[in-house]
Amino acid sequence: MAKKFFMDPQRCIGCRACMAACQECDTHRGVSMIYIDTLDTEWSPQTSPTVCMHCVNPPCANVCPADAIKQDENGIVLQASVDRCIYCRNCLIACPFGVPKYQAKQALMIKCDQCYDRTSVGKKPWCATACPTKALDYGEYDEIIQQHPGSAVNQWQFGDQALETNVYVFAPKETRKFQVLQLFDYREQAGYAPNAGLAGGQQEIKGESDADVWAGWENRDWTGWSALQQEQEGK
Amino acid sequence: MATERKLTDIGSGDAAMQPIYSPAGGWSTTEDAVKLVPTHCPFCGMQCGMNLKVDGEGHVFGVEPRDFPVNKGRMCPKGVVAYQQINHPQRLTYPMMRRGGKDSPLERCTWDEALDFIARRFREIQAQHGPNAVSIYSGSSMTTEKSYLMGKFARVAVGTGNIDYNGRLCMVSAAAGNNKAFGVDRAANPWSDIALADAILLAGSNTAECHPLTMPYLWEARDRGAKLIVIDPRVTPSARTADLHLQIRPGTDAALANAILYEMIRHDWLDHEFINSRTVGWDEVAATVANYSPAKVAILCGIPAARIEQAAEIWGQAKTSFLGHARGIEHQTHGSNNVMAYINLVLASGRIGRPGCGYGTLTGQGNGQGGREHGQKVDQLPGQRKLDDPAARQYIAEVWGINEADFPKPGYAITDQIEPMLTGEIRAMLNICSNPMVSLPDQDAIRRALTNLELYVVIDFFMSESAELADVVLPGSVWAEDEGTTTNVEGRVIRINKATNPPGEARVDWEIICDLAARLGKGDKFNYHSAGEIWDELRVASKGGKADYYGITYEKIDAQDGVFWPCPTMESKGTPRLFEQRFYFPDGKARFNTIEYQPPAEMPDAEYPFFYTTGRVIFHYLSGNQTRRIGSLVENAPEPYVEMHPLLAQKLGLERGDIARLRSRRGELYLPVKVTRSIRPDTVFVPYHWGGKQAANILTIRAYDPISRIPEYKVCAVAIERAPDDAIITMNAMREIPVAKASPGEQFA
Repeated sequence: MAKKFFMDPQRCIGCRACMAACQECDTHRGVSMIYIDTLDTEWSPQTSPTVCMHCVNPPCANVCPADAIKQDENGIVLQASVDRCIYCRNCLIACPFGVPKYQAKQALMIKCDQCYDRTSVGKKPWCATACPTKALDYGEYDEIIQQHPGSAVNQWQFGDQALETNVYVFAPKETRKFQVLQLFDYREQAGYAPNAGLAGGQQEIKGESDADVWAGWENRDWTGWSALQQEQEGK
Repeated sequence: MATERKLTDIGSGDAAMQPIYSPAGGWSTTEDAVKLVPTHCPFCGMQCGMNLKVDGEGHVFGVEPRDFPVNKGRMCPKGVVAYQQINHPQRLTYPMMRRGGKDSPLERCTWDEALDFIARRFREIQAQHGPNAVSIYSGSSMTTEKSYLMGKFARVAVGTGNIDYNGRLCMVSAAAGNNKAFGVDRAANPWSDIALADAILLAGSNTAECHPLTMPYLWEARDRGAKLIVIDPRVTPSARTADLHLQIRPGTDAALANAILYEMIRHDWLDHEFINSRTVGWDEVAATVANYSPAKVAILCGIPAARIEQAAEIWGQAKTSFLGHARGIEHQTHGSNNVMAYINLVLASGRIGRPGCGYGTLTGQGNGQGGREHGQKVDQLPGQRKLDDPAARQYIAEVWGINEADFPKPGYAITDQIEPMLTGEIRAMLNICSNPMVSLPDQDAIRRALTNLELYVVIDFFMSESAELADVVLPGSVWAEDEGTTTNVEGRVIRINKATNPPGEARVDWEIICDLAARLGKGDKFNYHSAGEIWDELRVASKGGKADYYGITYEKIDAQDGVFWPCPTMESKGTPRLFEQRFYFPDGKARFNTIEYQPPAEMPDAEYPFFYTTGRVIFHYLSGNQTRRIGSLVENAPEPYVEMHPLLAQKLGLERGDIARLRSRRGELYLPVKVTRSIRPDTVFVPYHWGGKQAANILTIRAYDPISRIPEYKVCAVAIERAPDDAIITMNAMREIPVAKASPGEQFA
């Protein structure tokens, strides 16, 4: 089985080492084709990577009037061919992940081809090599699945559009498919706190939600340690 | 007329600090590489392995992953672009001095002129004001060879006891705590033990941002079911996913550790056998922590008592565990005490010195470990020997070929040198590998102290905020331009290889020091031809000390992917895990230390009502002198900001992006506001990597731990309000962020 690319957004620390590494790539030095988003600064330090998901049946290729976007034998969706691309930007509109970018200077769509130059000689893609937290990983499917307690998901539902991808995303154990639109209301989900993350994190203590902890934060007598000590000794 | 703008006067928008967005010489491809030089990242204590790509002309132009056991090819965003400082256009390429005194400009000069001047002035000042009137201030981001050399240079060539290093701002509390509890100062375990732990407790460590490559070890453990407890006032990226996060009020760490121990005693989650046979001092500690019930401590620490109990439950019942701490608990006036209070949790559990059972302090600087054990600390000689030990002095005197009686009188720690610099007791300083005009607390006092010096010499490879104040600036080398060793966070001695030569007239640091020693009349004691010769002398100097490097040769490091000290003989393979049999006290037993909570030096009051705490972001390294010049890092973290909770922002009438004025008893700071629920409402956070008017240390307090002399960077009191309109205009002009690189297509044109 071919090696697979895995993402675990829960482990992403937003360091953008992947972006710096992508810029080191010999074929497009100085340009990153992986993106990191800060999801909601006010609520959480959570960040999340976006990279080409290499769809099994790629919408970008399907809508390309010039047939410029090809897949290789492992399902990797390649960047638009320089000769064929007519820079119509249909692919930008079609991709539900927002991956392809249009290069005005070069009049060409560019996107990640999973480091074809590196993977073809047995190396890992640059981003998955560099990622310091294993939020990005690349390797034998069975090996990586075995190490990770989560569920590797490659089924996506965007409204009416269903997609299967060659890139897997780790999610809590029961997850089989990402219902993308339903994930948008996380702020309303009960018990969401900055350190709860989007998938797991610590459990709230009953009667001690973060709102309770900070209630009356201005009035807390935190200089009263000596008083507390005296109280103790008085007993 | 345009006036000269200096880094120390303004912020990150200055032209002198314009970062580069592509490597000097442009982007080349791997095909241009004629060789890959295996080496390590110059930044944090992880010392990740990497390969530097070198072209036919000897220029380093890129990086390739290196499968080194510590990081297995992985790298953080600083590591990937570290090489971009090597040929950076802002490198200092010739010596400079102020020929006409303090008010004259820095002008290009020759090496001979600069070195002769320094040597002459050192001797004049010492003749008039005593040997210790000259201070040597060094650093731990250099190789161990250079760190060792600085200690010897100060004592043998200059003849001053005032030799100290910037680990005083970093590792000293941990070192003091370790020495008092274990009798030695080193992480007890190789990092591979973290992956085997069932419970991991991180106190005051934003591991994800400050030691990113520790994360795979944490995740490996957690994938097996290990529980992670993080103690931090902020929901850092490390705390965000933790099984338990204790969002503690700054400065109350010792009380929390005592409360956890209280619970361990209450439930008898103790290893009595270990406590009886391998430790001393348990009864006093047990009696002391009886006063620290979670209910009481919860009020002090500002966290629910139930979370303290949960922490004790996870920690107390684990079969294997790892406890790590960093600057959060150490950068306090009771930093050493905090360290000892947490070590008590390790000793009471008995989980140390076995596979999967351990303890470590997360070293901040690249060579924080190697740099702090071979004699550039004011009270220390090579091999973690104590300066006040007559036998140690005798041995080192023999290695150095001097008389024991010629050792200079002991000097001051760097933090204690500020007063003597202001009063004129210290009149000259040579500063290498440190940027006090960003890093020392109470910046106003530091600037007065440095400008009060008759002679201030800086060796650096960039014009740092501190170098701008110098009378003589000497261009030194970056890590890839010299060979040597460093000792990483685990105590693993690794090898830095030379990839290229310093640019222009810049020179390898140890050659500069040896040249200066020769001009001070001690050339015979500094007659080295390679870093390897310094290493061989260091090995002998460390022999018999606690940090015994004698058996560590360059060849052994290469063959074993690093060697853990102690390695006392040529046959020894080193010691990855400490304390398997005994601790480093004569009786072989570890020490419990009785710690009472004591408040920080400055607590919020009616006038300055909020806690102020400082720390790092992942994109910059320490004073930022290296990383604030690299485009991809500057884009991600262009300027400091003040992080505050929405409750506090609301109270102050501030919103995201507004400019706030922060005031402490030391000064004031204008910063854009970042509103986030990830911080306590009673506390604000500012990252400290910037200088000038953006220096977080304008506000911090010059209060030091009585044992370690570390400054209290993590706690002081501030007042906050919306900045006045005229200040906002000035501030916005100052923070013009460098023009970001043109559209991404540019490179393809």
